[in-house]
Amino acid sequence: MNAEWRWDFTFEILPKMLWATLNTIMAAGIGYAIAMVVGLIFLIGQRTPFKIINMINREIVEFIRSTPLLIQLFFVYFVLPQFGITLSAWVCGMITIGLHFGTYLSEVYRGALEGVPKTQWEACRALNFSTIYTYRRIVLPQAFPIAIPGMGNYLVGIFKDTPLLSTIGVAELFHAATAVGGYHYRYLEPYTMVGLIFLTLSIPAAMWIRKIEKDVNLAQGKIKKEKV
Amino acid sequence: MSYFAFLSEHGPTMLLGTVMTIKVLVCATLLYVIISIIFGLMRISKNPIIQGIATGYIEFFRGTSLLVQLFWFYYVLPFFGVSLEAFTAGVVAIGMNFGAYGAEIVRGGILAVPKGQWEGAFALNFTPAKRMRKIIIPQIFPIILPPAANLTVELLKATALVALVTVVDLTFEAKQINSITWLSAQCFGTALLIYYIISRFFLVPFLRWLEVLAARKVGKDKV
Repeated sequence: MNAEWRWDFTFEILPKMLWATLNTIMAAGIGYAIAMVVGLIFLIGQRTPFKIINMINREIVEFIRSTPLLIQLFFVYFVLPQFGITLSAWVCGMITIGLHFGTYLSEVYRGALEGVPKTQWEACRALNFSTIYTYRRIVLPQAFPIAIPGMGNYLVGIFKDTPLLSTIGVAELFHAATAVGGYHYRYLEPYTMVGLIFLTLSIPAAMWIRKIEKDVNLAQGKIKKEKV
Repeated sequence: MSYFAFLSEHGPTMLLGTVMTIKVLVCATLLYVIISIIFGLMRISKNPIIQGIATGYIEFFRGTSLLVQLFWFYYVLPFFGVSLEAFTAGVVAIGMNFGAYGAEIVRGGILAVPKGQWEGAFALNFTPAKRMRKIIIPQIFPIILPPAANLTVELLKATALVALVTVVDLTFEAKQINSITWLSAQCFGTALLIYYIISRFFLVPFLRWLEVLAARKVGKDKV
């Protein structure tokens, strides 16, 4: 074992790693899409007028939020087959990530809706707008920019949590690195490359989200354009 | 096998794992608090080199996955002649990762202290060090504790990852018992429950208590 970086080895495994990166991006994308829907469901559970549903909803959210994603993955992956539901590692991973981050996104949605001043609702009431019209034209356009930073952060968060999927055998980037490393018994290059790939993807993503946030705020007139 | 039989047979093992999880939690929390304060202060430094180092550190640790960092510390560092024990590697990786997030919280907290306080300290001819220590730092706690509490709960969840580098914590024990007995629902369910109990009934109340304490200290609760 020596600490020398081997470029030939790096280039040998690079194509494999890049392929696996596509899997990682796909996993993050699908997981995020599911999480957005799940978040909406939890949000509805929170806003229904039935106290008992609110309470159950809150406990479920609290439970999912305060337990590790890793064990949730194991739970879904190992327990469901005992009830006769056999799902592939991919499906299990996507469901778990969707559920886990759905609870976070529901909080983002809630915060965004509550960020719209109450007077806006009252004005809509006074103008006799229907609830749907109020949401569509008045509340959601104002809530959306408030939700963007949070939603963006969790997109990056999901992306960074996809390596956990390797523990149940989803063939994403980290899984590929472990496999390659085990095969050649060289972990220096694969793991370092995983780190670098993550960096090259998540830093631009974070910058992009910051830019969107600024653009939306600009379009809404919340901040003034800086004079050049 | 009933659940109680399962508990009486494997409960003690899981409790041992829980003790390890709490150990990791406490050590990593101490480390992340220290790192957050140091790098949070470096981040607002006027010296571009110091600020650059802090920004680089924060972007690096926030930009990559904790699991990758953990494996890097455990499997790659030995290539450079630094062999860390699994426990140390786990604590250091988690502490450094969360320290990067915490540094941003500390920075936000310092910047959120009203400008008048800075000017007042300046007018009273305090040295920069004294201004920080006596005026600014005591006031940031009520601001930073709520987000720091969230981060600490996240840290508790992140400690589960150390099982993957062979630290014998709760997750590791649950996996172990699962592979022996194949009672997945019981062992992972129990593990989830234990994490939930630690978080909901011990960690969160403790952090809330700290928040109340900090607010009282600067007289914010009486307003």
